[in-house]
Amino acid sequence: MFDRDTWQEILGTLRKHKMRTFLTAFGVFWGIFMLIFMLGMGSGLKNAVFKNFGNRAKNVMYVWSNATSKPYKGFQPGRVPRLNLEDIDYLYENVEGVNYIAPRTTIPGNITYKENAEAYDIRGELSDMITVEGYKVYKGRYIQPSDVEESRKVIVLGKRVAEVMFGKGKWEDAIGKYVTANGVEFQVVGIFGPEFIQPWTEDDLETTVIPLTTMHKAFGTAGRIHYFALSALPKYKISDLEDQVKTILQQRHYVAPDDPRGIGGFNLEEQFDKMSGLFLGISIFLWIVGIGTLIAGIIGVSNIMMIVVKERTREIGIRKALGATPGVIIRSILIESVFITLVSGYLGLLSGTLLVGAIDFIMETNNVSLDMFYNPEVKLEVGIGAVVILVIAGTLAGLIPAIMAAKVNPVLALKNE
Amino acid sequence: MAQTFSMIELKNIKKAYKTDFTNLQVLKGIDLDIEEGEFVSIMGSSGSGKSTLLNILGILDEYDSGKYTLAGQLMQNLSEKQAAYFRNRFIGFVFQSFNLLSFKTAVENVALPLYYQKINRIERLEKAMHYLEMVGLKEWANHHPNQLSGGQQQRVAIARALVTEPKVLLADEPTGALDSKTSSEVMDLFEDIHQAGKTVIIVTHELDIAQKTERIIRIQDGLILNREI
Ligand SMILES: Nc1ncnc2c1ncn2[C@@H]1O[C@H](COP(=O)(O)OP(=O)(O)OP(=O)(O)O)[C@@H](O)[C@H]1O
Ligand SMILES: [Mg+2]
Repeated sequence: MFDRDTWQEILGTLRKHKMRTFLTAFGVFWGIFMLIFMLGMGSGLKNAVFKNFGNRAKNVMYVWSNATSKPYKGFQPGRVPRLNLEDIDYLYENVEGVNYIAPRTTIPGNITYKENAEAYDIRGELSDMITVEGYKVYKGRYIQPSDVEESRKVIVLGKRVAEVMFGKGKWEDAIGKYVTANGVEFQVVGIFGPEFIQPWTEDDLETTVIPLTTMHKAFGTAGRIHYFALSALPKYKISDLEDQVKTILQQRHYVAPDDPRGIGGFNLEEQFDKMSGLFLGISIFLWIVGIGTLIAGIIGVSNIMMIVVKERTREIGIRKALGATPGVIIRSILIESVFITLVSGYLGLLSGTLLVGAIDFIMETNNVSLDMFYNPEVKLEVGIGAVVILVIAGTLAGLIPAIMAAKVNPVLALKNE
Repeated sequence: MAQTFSMIELKNIKKAYKTDFTNLQVLKGIDLDIEEGEFVSIMGSSGSGKSTLLNILGILDEYDSGKYTLAGQLMQNLSEKQAAYFRNRFIGFVFQSFNLLSFKTAVENVALPLYYQKINRIERLEKAMHYLEMVGLKEWANHHPNQLSGGQQQRVAIARALVTEPKVLLADEPTGALDSKTSSEVMDLFEDIHQAGKTVIIVTHELDIAQKTERIIRIQDGLILNREI
């Protein structure tokens, strides 16, 4: 089928009609190029958004308390239930599928080192918040279970706090030093910050963290927690746990079961799923637009092939008179069509991928960081899919002209003009 | 009486061109017998149906009724594929306007029918070269048709018609586009081919051309008129 003669014939005709071949090829080239480019840009957008989720655990819900809106068991509405460490213990024991629970209580604080004094929040935490938020530890360590058990007086500083207290270039010196927080001395064991610095994560640079148990003992917060993050074991869906957790807390804090307020919750998984859905939608849209462009290119090929067949009616007539079967004629037109589509499509695929890769490369080497655009890429499956589409499309584009060619009547084709 | 083999046998062949409003009966019942190795010409006025008849003989066109037997095989209800096969193996066709492919060289043009026999390239070109030599154009093998004179082009076309060693050589006004000197050279070539034993049928309306053949078949109003030398 793909013998040297067939190729010589095809290359011969293509070479004879360079301009026509080029224009045809360009339509397909452009279609595939746009498809790949758009999908690459789409992936850039998607990667940027999912990057904001970062290393943060995804199977996580956040729970807090706020003012109730309904009277219940003699309690008036407007009361704020107070979550405490006992709730956490109770949830660990009674909810199946809990991976860990990371509570946090935040109080305003005054941090002093030597003559430097500045107001920063103090967070009281157990050891797991770093897993939930995916914090970056620049130096030292975060709060550990033993810190919590022994109520140690240790503190982790946000990087900017360390810079202010110890000097811009000397923030690393903070490790091992003692700072005073609200009048109590703590030893600095780590410097931390958010995984990605964004306007909404800068807080994490300007805060301090101590063991929650230490906080309750030293600052009289009386077992209180402001909110907690609860992560589910991989086999469990956080959405399934959410109702259980809320019901338990409502019962423990006398909140009406049908009160939408009192115990508040936010489920990261749901958001994540929504985002995934959104990007699936965007992807589908881009494919449709891209394939639309491609179809336009393919129709161009089909049109040109039609003209080719018309122009070559005489030639086809001659070939038939010399004994060419309809099969041979159909085959040669189809191969020509697939060949044009495939070569130009492949070039489009290549340039599209190169362009997307170049954008990625330039952004990376120049450290360009955009909120809505990150690490654009073209997946291998996309490339393979595009090539498969091209072959099918090329065949379809050639089919009608090929059938037309096979039907050429040699007597009419050879009539003298 | 010498034992002869009938190469072409037509029995009551009819052919009409039908359009929405007209029904033009071109062939009204042709009976014709041409024996193997004969050299005949078909004459008749313009529009008398010579080309139509030759196209039927060459399996380029279909007939409405009657019987056409070529080399003992009935040519009837052929599929496109079968028709292509017979055109390729049994028939060599020469046209008034040469009908060479302009983007192929002389030798490639001659070799083309063998391509449809799936003969490999080297063998094809070898054979084509042999026939080009026979028509005296060996030196022109790698020229394109537009670099050749009309007579040369027609000789390339004749070589192409012969390359498959067909049973019958059909030529529709092969000298129609040539001057008289070139015409007679081409006719000499046909004579040689006839001498080599091939059945040759030529359509012409020039009497001096027709007179170079063994037999003239006259066609008028869709019927064979008579048979003479
Ligand atoms: N495809 C066709 N459709 C309709 N009529 C046709 C067709 N081909 C030929 N004819 C008509 O059939 C008649 C015979 O045509 P044909 O070509 O066989 O004549 P001819 O004898 O070869 O004439 P000439 O010497 O001019 O070549 C003519 O009247 C012509 O107009
Ligand atoms: Mg004619």
